[in-house]
Amino acid sequence: MIKVEGLTKKYAGITAVNDLNFTVEKGEIVGFLGPNGAGKSTTMRILSCYLSATSGRASVAGFDVASQSREVRSRVGYMPENVALYPEMRVQEYLEYRAALKGVRGRRNRQRVNAVKELCNLRDVEQKLIGALSKGYRQRVGLADALLHDPDLLILDEPTIGLDPNQIRQVRQLIKDLGKRHTILLSTHILSEVEMTCSRVLIIDRGRIAASDTPEALAGRVRTAGGIRAEIHAEAGDLEKALAALPGVRKAEVEAMPDGWQGCVLRTDAEHDPRESVARLAATRGWALRELGREQVNLERVFAEITQSEELR
Amino acid sequence: MNFFTLLNREIRAYFLSPVAWVVMFFFLLLTGFNFYAGVAALNRGPSEVTVVEAFFNTVFFWFGFVLIFPLITMRLFSEEYKMGTIEPLMTAPVRDSQVVLAKYGGALFFYIVLWLPSLLYFAVFTRVTRLEAAGAAGPFLGAYVMLLLIGMFYLAVGCLASALTRNQIVAAIMSFTVITLFFFTGLLNFFLLNVTPALRELTAYFSALEHMSEASRGFFDSRPVVFYLSLTVFVLFLTFHVFQSRRWRN
Repeated sequence: MIKVEGLTKKYAGITAVNDLNFTVEKGEIVGFLGPNGAGKSTTMRILSCYLSATSGRASVAGFDVASQSREVRSRVGYMPENVALYPEMRVQEYLEYRAALKGVRGRRNRQRVNAVKELCNLRDVEQKLIGALSKGYRQRVGLADALLHDPDLLILDEPTIGLDPNQIRQVRQLIKDLGKRHTILLSTHILSEVEMTCSRVLIIDRGRIAASDTPEALAGRVRTAGGIRAEIHAEAGDLEKALAALPGVRKAEVEAMPDGWQGCVLRTDAEHDPRESVARLAATRGWALRELGREQVNLERVFAEITQSEELR
Repeated sequence: MNFFTLLNREIRAYFLSPVAWVVMFFFLLLTGFNFYAGVAALNRGPSEVTVVEAFFNTVFFWFGFVLIFPLITMRLFSEEYKMGTIEPLMTAPVRDSQVVLAKYGGALFFYIVLWLPSLLYFAVFTRVTRLEAAGAAGPFLGAYVMLLLIGMFYLAVGCLASALTRNQIVAAIMSFTVITLFFFTGLLNFFLLNVTPALRELTAYFSALEHMSEASRGFFDSRPVVFYLSLTVFVLFLTFHVFQSRRWRN
């Protein structure tokens, strides 16, 4: 569906995208993950024909983004990072206008507008002026706009940014549902979002692809970055020794908590999950165990892990 | 088809914004006053000019005239750049040329609407005085055709200025300067010390003041027609290229 070869974009002396290569197959939901300024938005803007590349080629559904741009645009639904809308228009009016621009006219116009309003929960605000909408609603109008012409490919640039937790959940579910019928390329810098919605992850760093993997495999690669957290009531020295002796544990840190319990953090190898053995250990030694779980892995850690290991290669 | 969708949105954008109504209000005030002044002058005694000529060749008319173009055109592209709405617009399957022409068309439509009430002045004048407003259809038609021709060119200049910047004020200043220079070229004769006949000819060729005064007396000259139409096409062509270049500049 998407094919990118040697794509480079320079502006004002900065190389935003540097010799980028990747492909996305039909039906995939691909997460584009990277820190701010990594070149995610620039790549998406080139794919949606808003910007021209400095060099390299990109094609969508077999059409070249530079020379067959209108063919590409009529097959791509693009939601920009900052959804910009005409504030003086009403939601209904705006969607009808956008659908017409995308060649959806007549009876199909009304059908599609109704369908996307339903999909994005815009029924209650259809007669409101866009200028009076909250950020969450605007974001949904942007998404509805991207869906109007039932595109083969959806390009969503940070679709959940600025939404409240409830809306984020709704939008993620919506993206998952849409993934059944559309190919989706979405960018984010929230790791859990990728794990929840995507079938594949592309990690982009300084304009290059640093990794391409399934979310599970990626999580495996970065497991060592996180660790296992446990809270156990025991004598500190004993506990530390016993934990360190468990298979797969590289390092065990034990720290006394104010209420007499011990907070433990275990660093492990990627292929080991010692949670079960920790529970069994606590049971056999008669220690009280009140918390056991994986430490939250944040994106900075993942990046540090992946980009560093890239450099080491 | 896309062109009409875009044009429709451009025209509605004008009438949905308060700016359009404010411009219309003050423009009507100014032209109304101008008309009143013209009639008052004719009232003072016999005159060689008709009311049409008096209307289109006064300082009030000139000032109002050069000012409206920056006001009409400054938002066309600049506002879309600034608000970011250019991104959804240009990622829809529309041609750059369609966008440029629709924006220009919207401005032209608004410009024409702006002038419609002035027709009423002359209708009222004819009714009240029982005099033929222009003396003949020629000056009347000539003045309005010239109004349209000059307007077409100046609106194109405004489009170009707006396509160049995301700042509406900058766009307005650029178009105002260029339009003023073109419009008042005819006055150059009064400032230069040695005006040769050749120079006078040349400035007359460029001078909108001259074109207007000729047309409102009922003279038809094909040179200004060619002049304004070709410049309009040329400037719109430039606008199209400036607009296209954003893909590489950003």
